[in-house]
Amino acid sequence: MPADPFAAPRATGGRAPDVFRRGGWVPMRQYRDDDTVDFAVVGTGAGGGPLIAGLAEAGFSVIGFDAGPYFRPLEDFASDEREQEKLYWNDERVVDGANPLTMGGKNSGKAVGGSTVHFAMVSLRFRPEWFRSRTILGYGADWPLDWREMWHYYGRAEKALSIAGPVTYPWGPKRPRYPYRAHELNGAAQLLARGAEAMGMKWTATPLATVSAPHGQSPPCVYRGFCRFGCSTNAKQSQLVTFIPRALRAGAEIRDLAMVGRIEVGPTGLATGVHFHREGRWRFQRARHVVVAGYAVETPRLLLASANGQFPDGLANSSGLVGKNLMTQSNQAVFGTMEQEVRWYKGPPSLSITEHWNYEDRKDFAGGYCWMAQGPLPVEWATIQTTSRGLRGQALRDEMEKYNHQVGLKMVGEMLPDERNRVTLADDKDQYGLRVARVTYSWGDNDKALINHALDQMQTSLEAVGAKEIFRQENDTNHLAGTARMGDDPRTSVVNADCRSWDIPNLWVCDGSIFPTTGGVNPSLTITSIAMRTADRIRMLAKRGEL
Amino acid sequence: MADRYPGYDVQSKRWSQSWNEPTRQVIDRRLAIPREPRFFSPDEWRTLQAVCDRIMPQPTDRPPVPLPAFVDQKMADGLLDGYRYAALPPQGDAWRRGLAALDVAARQAHCDPFHDLTPDRQDDLLRQMQTGELAGPEWGGMPCKLFFEHRVIPDITHAYYAHPVAWNEIGFGGPASPRGYVRMGLDRRDPWEAVEANHAG
Repeated sequence: MPADPFAAPRATGGRAPDVFRRGGWVPMRQYRDDDTVDFAVVGTGAGGGPLIAGLAEAGFSVIGFDAGPYFRPLEDFASDEREQEKLYWNDERVVDGANPLTMGGKNSGKAVGGSTVHFAMVSLRFRPEWFRSRTILGYGADWPLDWREMWHYYGRAEKALSIAGPVTYPWGPKRPRYPYRAHELNGAAQLLARGAEAMGMKWTATPLATVSAPHGQSPPCVYRGFCRFGCSTNAKQSQLVTFIPRALRAGAEIRDLAMVGRIEVGPTGLATGVHFHREGRWRFQRARHVVVAGYAVETPRLLLASANGQFPDGLANSSGLVGKNLMTQSNQAVFGTMEQEVRWYKGPPSLSITEHWNYEDRKDFAGGYCWMAQGPLPVEWATIQTTSRGLRGQALRDEMEKYNHQVGLKMVGEMLPDERNRVTLADDKDQYGLRVARVTYSWGDNDKALINHALDQMQTSLEAVGAKEIFRQENDTNHLAGTARMGDDPRTSVVNADCRSWDIPNLWVCDGSIFPTTGGVNPSLTITSIAMRTADRIRMLAKRGEL
Repeated sequence: MADRYPGYDVQSKRWSQSWNEPTRQVIDRRLAIPREPRFFSPDEWRTLQAVCDRIMPQPTDRPPVPLPAFVDQKMADGLLDGYRYAALPPQGDAWRRGLAALDVAARQAHCDPFHDLTPDRQDDLLRQMQTGELAGPEWGGMPCKLFFEHRVIPDITHAYYAHPVAWNEIGFGGPASPRGYVRMGLDRRDPWEAVEANHAG
């Protein structure tokens, strides 16, 4: 067995783990702390990963920092829900508001590769209108990005991640066929399809970032069903096995178990580097540019914690919007019991989808949602039973025994930006001595209307396939966005379309924090596409001498 | 109660293609969990044992899954959830305070410690905790309902359904690496999955 990935950094001594070979290593360039690197990127997930690779491939010197360990999936990953909680950001965060968020598995990763190590691999494009939802649809805020340009980057991201999906996608403008063929449907996904057809809705196999045929050193998915707890075969196209190896080959350094606690800003008003904690002590890495890619909680936390005399309210915060407009996505579900055996633990959990209500505007609330098939494993299923039905004791045991006959539909719904939903700094401190994040969240009336609509629709679909004992999971949320929104106006946004902060020209944000609105689909493909665009933009700006 | 998956033992797959080495080690550690508390005091431990017996009653024809030991392990090792309700203290403090307060409630209502009450009386006090009816200075401002929802229920039930014994009861396939599954559709079953009694599919 390999050494404990939490005990000491693995990416040291001029090499990093080869995630494809047991005990293997790949060479890694390393920089000294007093080298001034071109880019220090804080975070290695869906945003940081592609940016680190893209910048390194463009010839920049880059260091990617991650607070989490550098896992070797073939050796470190068990097929086990509890054990694999080690992939999550489980450090303390304080939650409050009328609808406090459940943090952890569904929205926070702490590993090289970030949350993509445990994400459900659902890789969807935004509906084009969402990039101008204020102008076209009348809610939220417009993005400074053009959907046609995004369509180009979505295509590149889908190719880079070998997305397996249908030949033709039923909604939205034309897109090329997916690089890899769609996965076979499991029982739960078949029932979604039947229900959608009964309601006159289109459905499709979900585009997923797990390969349906060999790709490079990744074998095809074997449908073991533990996707959200780390893929132990490397079929999943996480950042850990895609962009991070590319970044290393291009000369980037990855620093695992390296928690960045503060961005230093010099008297000229420019960032000069990052203070990071590794191997028991604080160090300082000089950098010409700093990119924050820690996702919607850690990114504002770091910007706020880096406040200084010149920027007393935190970095990049002249708009006052750092930490504000936090968005999650509604993740309610409807479950029922089938006469047939469904055995939803087999295969990726969300093998089929309907985006009907993302593209249908005849409804009396703003925003959209999709729903997907579900496959909760036993611990998560017990959580649903106890929280949604209040079950315990013998009643809980009896219901749990129906596990192999359960079916469910789960939404990913758009919640609207609201400045009152936000990330601030609490007084409590974490193991690094840093103030922890306080995450405040309350649903708005529109959010509730959207959720109720979705619950009714999903219930109708389950009834149409003959599910019995139907019940609703009314309180669940998942992905995050907002807290450092992009825009065209420095007064109403934190970064511009290039993810560059308005206030500090060598400070950038590249993750889901920059979303002005969150859309009704999983955000990771959009984060990755924007990161690939940002790498291109930086290369172009450098050529023009505008860096 | 009749066995729904008679003869199914997920651990019989231990040396098959469904269990990799990291999984074997994890499950071995889980099965070998020390039965004595490291975190809780003897009084707290007795109350916790009684609470576990009511939240997750277990059949008497097999050794019980040692649920109190798993709660103790989570507290002793400081395994966090990733978030904490602002109205709740840190997890270990919450458990200590909650168990002591439950015991006070038992003595006030029935003049006996919680662990000596009849199951009906224990259930009634837990129901009062679930619905937010327990209060007093011993709670130190901690809402009993939140403690019930976010500590008592998840810490006990998660431990149970992370145990191979529970997987056998519900017919879960269990560990599945590197061999996953082949037969994916409705009413399809791979030979290495549990066979349900009385199911025609």
